[in-house]
Amino acid sequence: MTEKIVLRGRTVVPGVAEGPALVSHETISGWGGIDPARGTIIEPRHELFGQCFTGKILVFPGAKGSSGWSGFFQTTRLMGTAPIGMIFMVISTKAALGAVVTRVPAVTALDEDPCAVIRTGDWVRIDAGNGLVEVTPAAARPVPSGVPLPRQEGS
Amino acid sequence: MLGGAEGPAVAAAMDLLVRYGEALDCERLCAVRNVAGTMTQPSPAKARLVREGGWAKAFAVINLDCDDDIEIPDMRVPTCQLQHGFGADAAGAIPYSRELIQLQGDAEAFYGRRGVSILATCTPYQVGNIPVRGEHIAWMESSAVVYANSVLGARTNCEGTASAGAASLTGRIPCWGNHLDSGRAGTHLIDVRVPVADFLEWGMLGYFAGGVVGEQRPVITGDIGQPDLVELKHFGAAAATSGGVELYHIPGITPEAPTPGAAFWPAAAPEAIVYGQDERRAVYADLNSQGEREDVDFVLLGCPHASVDQIRRAARALDGRHLSPSTELWLMVPRALKDVADRSGYTDVIQRAGGKVLGDSCPAMSRVAPEGTRVFATDSAKQAHYLPAILGIEAWFGTLEECVDAAVTGRWRGGLR
Repeated sequence: MTEKIVLRGRTVVPGVAEGPALVSHETISGWGGIDPARGTIIEPRHELFGQCFTGKILVFPGAKGSSGWSGFFQTTRLMGTAPIGMIFMVISTKAALGAVVTRVPAVTALDEDPCAVIRTGDWVRIDAGNGLVEVTPAAARPVPSGVPLPRQEGS
Repeated sequence: MLGGAEGPAVAAAMDLLVRYGEALDCERLCAVRNVAGTMTQPSPAKARLVREGGWAKAFAVINLDCDDDIEIPDMRVPTCQLQHGFGADAAGAIPYSRELIQLQGDAEAFYGRRGVSILATCTPYQVGNIPVRGEHIAWMESSAVVYANSVLGARTNCEGTASAGAASLTGRIPCWGNHLDSGRAGTHLIDVRVPVADFLEWGMLGYFAGGVVGEQRPVITGDIGQPDLVELKHFGAAAATSGGVELYHIPGITPEAPTPGAAFWPAAAPEAIVYGQDERRAVYADLNSQGEREDVDFVLLGCPHASVDQIRRAARALDGRHLSPSTELWLMVPRALKDVADRSGYTDVIQRAGGKVLGDSCPAMSRVAPEGTRVFATDSAKQAHYLPAILGIEAWFGTLEECVDAAVTGRWRGGLR
């Protein structure tokens, strides 16, 4: 029931983070797709519309849309609404730079599709420097989104 | 540069490029002498940094991802500012704060002194910044990136605020993706079976292509007319919105694909994806899925920023007419072309009808629309996609003429023909 699943991938940004997963099966827009002030997805037709990623490990296929992607996720860091880690399948300049300037552990190119294996509410530990993702499935799926964890504001 | 011999700002820029390169699994940087980025765009986070440590602090944190207090030297290579917030001429004309205008004015002075050309448009290629085929550049702005790669044959990835900032101080960018021959071949073949020969149709085809290929590289063949700058500007912006298209080929038209075979080389062409009447109707319905009320408060033209010909066409459609008292019309233009429009009398015609010609920005960049706007209409697939999310308003998508009709009557009467 709570057996751990381990995924292996490539380091994007090294570091270790642990927390609840928020999983998107659709790509995510930064500019025009998130509200950095609230840390929420704002694209009306998106499956995560209205959901908050603050304090969570954001699991998504990849980035889409404007070149403002990285700048908007950087702003979540500056405003204290950032996710605490990123796991994405497809690398792009938007997602790579976005993870770098959000300054959170991130991995990509995993041996299994993280969006299929991980579900929202699962507990995830990223050891990005070693390309490891450890998933502890939530006992009952799906669980409602948790309360955002307190987070220190960036510089 | 990384060791600090050229100063701490250049070292910080190189450090960011190394971290970014590692994130991409890329070991090499390439030299660039053309950077299009954003430094002057005002935002609450930037305003706070400026209060804390001036513009040098804002540049270090936002454009270099560096927390140190460092001096910002002159740009090493030619660098321009893309679209940003509204300028002084917007004060009082639209509901945009004077504090943001002031903040941006201060930024322009700071960065201008360091060699950043304030082009203030999402279309630098319309105002003299036209990279040549094969040139490695570092540009932001998804609609400009796709134009530079596809139509001009220049080589750029879709850079971000920090990577463009770092490139401006180093003249370097990771040699990855679109910079490599191997990253430029087509991946999907789209066979167009309905006539695509005007601005609306090119935008819808772009929106379809982006939805189908995501971040990959479509090759367009079939029943298409000879496109011009304006149509490819719309096509690319739409494809970069519904997906993340940074490069496409149109055999016989774009420079790297003289033939369909060349577009996919060295691979063979894949099986075609058809864009026919059903697909066209579905794209139109999708772009109009966020409109319910037919009372239009706001009409937005000029995304990406209008060409002189688009300004002239808007003026002709509005000549002798007057906007509905309940509707505003804004036309977004590059500031340099506004000067041309002013001298040509186009601005005057649009203003006499009650419309506004605005440089520098757009409602999406600046998160602003006329007060009380609930429903807007546009001829831009990109704005129809983004503004409902950014401003929480309804959207109608149609032709320039339908948009002008909505501005004059206050009602949306568009439909697919």
